[in-house]
Amino acid sequence: MRINISRAKIKDDFVAKVEKISGQNLLACYQCGKCSAGCPAVSEMDILPNQIIRYAQLSLKDELLKSKSIWICASCLTCNSRCPKGINIAEVIEAIRLILLRKRQDHLRVEKLTDEQKENLPPIALISSMRKFTS
Amino acid sequence: MKISYYPGCTLKNNAKNFEDSTLCSLKHLGVEVEELPRWNCCGTVFSFATDDLIHHVAPIRNLIRVKESDSDKVMTLCAMCYNTLKRANNRVKNDPDSLEKINNFMDREEVEYTGDVKILHLLELLRDEIKFENLAKKVVKPLKNLKVANYYGCLLVRPKEIGFDDLENPVILENLTAVLGAEPIDFPYKTECCSAYQTVDKPEVVAERTYHILTSAQEQGAEVMAVSCPLCAFNLDHRQKDTLRKYPEFKNVPVLYFTQLIALALGCAVEDLRLDLHYVDPKPVLKEKGLI
Repeated sequence: MRINISRAKIKDDFVAKVEKISGQNLLACYQCGKCSAGCPAVSEMDILPNQIIRYAQLSLKDELLKSKSIWICASCLTCNSRCPKGINIAEVIEAIRLILLRKRQDHLRVEKLTDEQKENLPPIALISSMRKFTS
Repeated sequence: MKISYYPGCTLKNNAKNFEDSTLCSLKHLGVEVEELPRWNCCGTVFSFATDDLIHHVAPIRNLIRVKESDSDKVMTLCAMCYNTLKRANNRVKNDPDSLEKINNFMDREEVEYTGDVKILHLLELLRDEIKFENLAKKVVKPLKNLKVANYYGCLLVRPKEIGFDDLENPVILENLTAVLGAEPIDFPYKTECCSAYQTVDKPEVVAERTYHILTSAQEQGAEVMAVSCPLCAFNLDHRQKDTLRKYPEFKNVPVLYFTQLIALALGCAVEDLRLDLHYVDPKPVLKEKGLI
């Protein structure tokens, strides 16, 4: 994969927005990879948790906003609890999701759920999915 | 002992087995449980965003209900409710500005919230207030020879300021099941996420995770799995149907709430266990052990 890094990109307000919504200092990360080593969802991810932080530092906005990973993370917080630098990686991932959701780009299409799904899924599953994956 | 109780939505539906077995067990232990009046859904998940306060209104409103019932302590059973209520409370307790904004938003509430309600999980109540040694004295039917894998999932242990046991190696459930006379089994996936709400639009991811969690426990000899979260219970029990489709050699494992094990050991009637709500029938193994 070819990735273009530029000064203009890094100065884009995306980095500032992710840091503000997540309350995290992205530059604290030194890429040890513990977050990705412990993440139970990496087999489903296209960009790993440590890479998400690196991409966010470099403001690779398009890559992050279209990544599968941000919708695979279920905020289990294993990464947060193991980060030696105290970065809350799950919060950073949530901030990236929110940048899309706040533009009403929902991930879960509630109208597409079948009657069978709505009947069989417990309320706890539907509510949590709607809260994390819809605007 | 009297305690305010916040049930949450799923305890009144799919997880009725969790609620009924708890209420029967606490009755045997002499605890008077008072369900909060006018409780509402807590939102199930905590919002991480620094600038999002609206999602904390629902949990805080429930804490106002606790104050209204002249209590400053509330017990929950569901791991997700526990986590959400406690984290929302911590947020407003540590951030007066958020607290003020939320109180202003709910200006029709009669109680001005100050962040002073203590949120307790049933496991904490059992360990710290009732105490396991007193629970042991009430056991009339020890769960002899029953090999139990105790699954914590995420929200009872993470983040650290919320959890009431070791972050990486919690043992409270093992200690509890041992008190009940069962044989707790150690397995490496006990705090591994079950994929939670991915079950709505990506059930195949859950089926895969369920396979790894359950087979890991089976390899250590587990006969049943004990859980404390209705979403984990749904994923680990009901999604076994999808797991079996993907892995035909997979052998089903019954998944029970830890409170169903307590209820069994304390001599509650089998009707209080609501074993009809399970996908994988736990009755054969419980019958084999002479427990029902």
